[in-house]
Amino acid sequence: MSAKIEVKNLVKVFGSQPRKALSMIEKGMSKEQILAETGQTVGVNDVSFTVETGEIFVVMGLSGCGKSTILRCLNRLIEPSSGSVLIDGQDITKLKARELRMVRQNKTAMVFQQFALLPHRTVLHNTVYGLEVQGVPKEQREKRARESLAMVGLNGWENSYPDELSGGMKQRVGLARALTNDPDILLMDEAFSALDPLIREEMQDELLKLQQAMNKTIVFITHDLSEALKIGDRIAFVRDGSLVQVSSPEDIINHPADAYVANFVRGVERSKVLLAKDVMGDTGSITLSDELGKAIQVMEEGGAAGVFVIDRDSRLQGVLTSETVFKAIKAGAVSIRELELIQVSAVSVETKIQEVINIIARSKLPLAVVDNENRLAGSIVHSAVLAALAGKGGEEDVPTTNWTTG
Amino acid sequence: MYRLPIGQLVNGGVQWLLEHYGHAFDVFSGSIAHLVDGFRTGLAWIPWWALILLVIVLAWRSEGWRLALGSAFGLLLIYNLSLWPAFLDTLVLVIIAALVSIVLGVPIGIVAAYSSRFHRIMSPILDFMQTMPSFVYLIPALMFFGLGTVPAVFATVVFAMPPAIRLTNLGIRQVPVDLVEVGEAFGSSPVQLLWKIQLPVAMPTIMAGINQTMMLSLSMVVIAAMIGAGGFGAGVLAGISQMDIGKGFENGLAVVILAMILDRLSQGFIRNTRTADKKK
Repeated sequence: MSAKIEVKNLVKVFGSQPRKALSMIEKGMSKEQILAETGQTVGVNDVSFTVETGEIFVVMGLSGCGKSTILRCLNRLIEPSSGSVLIDGQDITKLKARELRMVRQNKTAMVFQQFALLPHRTVLHNTVYGLEVQGVPKEQREKRARESLAMVGLNGWENSYPDELSGGMKQRVGLARALTNDPDILLMDEAFSALDPLIREEMQDELLKLQQAMNKTIVFITHDLSEALKIGDRIAFVRDGSLVQVSSPEDIINHPADAYVANFVRGVERSKVLLAKDVMGDTGSITLSDELGKAIQVMEEGGAAGVFVIDRDSRLQGVLTSETVFKAIKAGAVSIRELELIQVSAVSVETKIQEVINIIARSKLPLAVVDNENRLAGSIVHSAVLAALAGKGGEEDVPTTNWTTG
Repeated sequence: MYRLPIGQLVNGGVQWLLEHYGHAFDVFSGSIAHLVDGFRTGLAWIPWWALILLVIVLAWRSEGWRLALGSAFGLLLIYNLSLWPAFLDTLVLVIIAALVSIVLGVPIGIVAAYSSRFHRIMSPILDFMQTMPSFVYLIPALMFFGLGTVPAVFATVVFAMPPAIRLTNLGIRQVPVDLVEVGEAFGSSPVQLLWKIQLPVAMPTIMAGINQTMMLSLSMVVIAAMIGAGGFGAGVLAGISQMDIGKGFENGLAVVILAMILDRLSQGFIRNTRTADKKK
């Protein structure tokens, strides 16, 4: 991955004398001091971050914290007071009006909180807007608009007017309008906040699905933590115009940077956020070609009554319990290949704990966790899940696999 | 106490303008008169029933059969009262005044919406135009443009244009911020932003202003008639001076009929543009 957007020391001061406020920021004075002395409001206070190509970068914060201002500085709908915004290495804060228009036409597209559909245009004519201002011929732009309308599931609504659509459909048009431009970067300003909870979840799923196919770079603003955790590859927490923490959803939950974030995260349904890889422990394993003695040795080391068996490529073959092993030894067997393995299901490292609970509840055995290439990566025991849900998560104190059978 | 010589200054100014630019005013007046006369002759060339038919079709398409029926009834009544030539005179005056108001007023309103400083300068001027008694500028208008339709158009425009300016300004200022942001975020040029977003979104408000302009210009017909514009106003004046109340009433009624038709037609126009877009 490479950096698509680089924001360096971004500052936005609202007021008539931004210079004065800027020099005070450099001296390290607080927002409150600056407001009291100059009457200037610091909207964005020295913010730096990088957005990688193809990632969904969520900017999260309460209303009025400056997150929408940050987003609007990325395409200069709001003029930054200082700092730089690099898109593909090009500093857009230094562009002239015409060059800026080119960037807005070709690289970025925006989706708005209140949909912002043009009321005098049909769905189709709303969707072609971006290409229309670029001067793309009518036939071609309408073809592409129809394609993106189909992508968001709005075939057949081309000739309707915005006021004939429901909120969810309006935002689909907003999304289609942005996608028609085929931008590298989607800027989404609280795009789903105005929707009903059910529709909102539907749109989030839809966005994730589309993103798998499109692989755009998305900067998504929200005040809804569960939304941020659900769709974000990384989350930037903003408070009072400053970045508090930038990290993955799991890290936000497990290692909040300060009391503010921790307070936010407290009410989160952890099962929807934590992944199998966050709660799994290391597990011993043996290969099919090992001798039976090795199986007993591994079980003893782990203090367990069973062991995962893998093949030469680390692919899970099944589980061998101590019972089976001892019976086999009595019967005079030597090789593991001769034995019957208990077949167990495995989950991917990316599985949400919510689903893990469903599987693990029906089984007494530890749950095997495999990586993307189907190789055994670890295992999850019941107590690890409980510990994680109770908020004691974190790799250090996850209990290691402890076999109990029978 | 020293008395400010405002009156003398105005007198002097008018005299100075007449002496130095009198000829220019004559040329200007002549060309406008030519235009108005051409328009009037063209309208007179259309048979009365064809014009009524045209209005009926327009009314039917924009608002439906009720307005079509009402318009037909009203116009036939005007024809029946032998007011057809007066109707054409007044129609020409109103249309020319409305056109001039739109052509001047809408751009001025746009500039006012973009520049708050210009808006501040414009506001008192508009107050002047709307509230200064029209007789005050009718006399100098007569001196500059001579008797006839041209000073009438001038006086009507002065009185009727402000709503077009004010409501254009208001309409554009009221375009929701996020729609303007859409324009900018998708890389529109300022001209595209104006044409594709601000003006269309502001159009209902602008049309309300143009509608008001037409209504106000109709209310000027009597005053316009005093300086030789003809039309229904002349009929009303004649009725008053001859103590012929019935004649005055007939002409007044005709003004009302014309006003109602123009009002409903222009209101229907907005709904019409919308359905037109749908059919495309």
